[in-house]
Amino acid sequence: MKATLSAFGAGLLFGVGLLVSGMTDPHRVRAFLDFAGAWNPSLAGVMGGAIAVHGTALWLERRRRGTTVALALQAPIDTRLVTGAAVFGVGWGLAGYCPGPAIVTLGLAPGHGWVFFATMVIGVLIGDAIGSRRDSRDSRDSAAQVPAC
Amino acid sequence: MTLMEFGRAILGGTLIGAAATVYWRANGRVAGVSGILRGALVSRSERTVAIPFLVGLVIAGLAGTTAMAMAMGIGRPAVNAGGLPLLGLAGLLVGLGTRISGGCTSGHGVCGLARFSRRALAATLTFIATGALTVFVVSHWLPALRAP
Repeated sequence: MKATLSAFGAGLLFGVGLLVSGMTDPHRVRAFLDFAGAWNPSLAGVMGGAIAVHGTALWLERRRRGTTVALALQAPIDTRLVTGAAVFGVGWGLAGYCPGPAIVTLGLAPGHGWVFFATMVIGVLIGDAIGSRRDSRDSRDSAAQVPAC
Repeated sequence: MTLMEFGRAILGGTLIGAAATVYWRANGRVAGVSGILRGALVSRSERTVAIPFLVGLVIAGLAGTTAMAMAMGIGRPAVNAGGLPLLGLAGLLVGLGTRISGGCTSGHGVCGLARFSRRALAATLTFIATGALTVFVVSHWLPALRAP
C-alpha cells in the first residue's frame, strides 16, 4: 500500500514537473530540436534541473553506503541501444511527444492524445516481444539492478 | 526563448528529479516512463507500482486543464503536430524505439545521465540527433507536413 501510494505521488509530481517545464507542449519540444531554424534551447533546463536533483540524491546515497561502485551498469554500447534510440528520436521529432508527456496528454488533451498513446502501446509491445526473444537467447536481463538505463 | 520559459524548464526539471528520487527510493526502480509503461503492460510484479505512477501522470494532466493552471500558462492544451496518421506513426516509433534501446528521455536522459551511464549518454545524444534531423527534414524540406 505504501509503495503504491508513493508510486502514485511520484507520478503526480513527475507529471506536474513535465507540465511546468513545457515538455507537454509539442511545439516547444520541436523548437528545442530545431537547431537549424528558430531554435529554442529552454528545454535543456529540464534535463539540467532533473539531473542536478536526482544526481545529487544518488551521490548522497552512494556516500551514505560508503561505496565507490558506480550505480550504472557498465554494459557496452551496442547496436540495439543506438538503433532503438535513433528510432525513438524520429518519432519524438515527428510528434514532439516522448512517453511521459504523451501520458500526461491523456489528461490534458485526451482527443488526439489517445491516438499517440494507442500506437505507442503497440510499439512497446512489439519492442518488448523483440527484446524478450533476444533476452532469452543471450540472457542479458539485469533489470532487477538498474532497469532502463 | 524567454527567461520565464527557461526558469520554468529548470523548475519543472527539479520536480521531475525529485519525483524520480521518490520513485527510486520507494521501490528501488528507475523512473523511466517507457520502462514503467512496459512494466504496467507486461510485468505482473511491476504492475503494483507502475500503474499508480501512470495514473499520477494522467491526473497531473487533468490538473493542467484547470483554470488556475491555464492562468499560470502551464496547462496550455497540446496541439496536433501534423495530422492523425503522422501522430500515430510517431507513437509507434516512440514505443518501439524506447523498448529496443531500453529507455526514453527520462530513463536515459535523466536517470541514466544522473548515474553517469555511458550507455545513457550514447542513447541521449542519438535520440536528440535523429529528433533534430527529423524536425529539420519535416519543417525545412516537407512543409506540407508542418503543423498548421
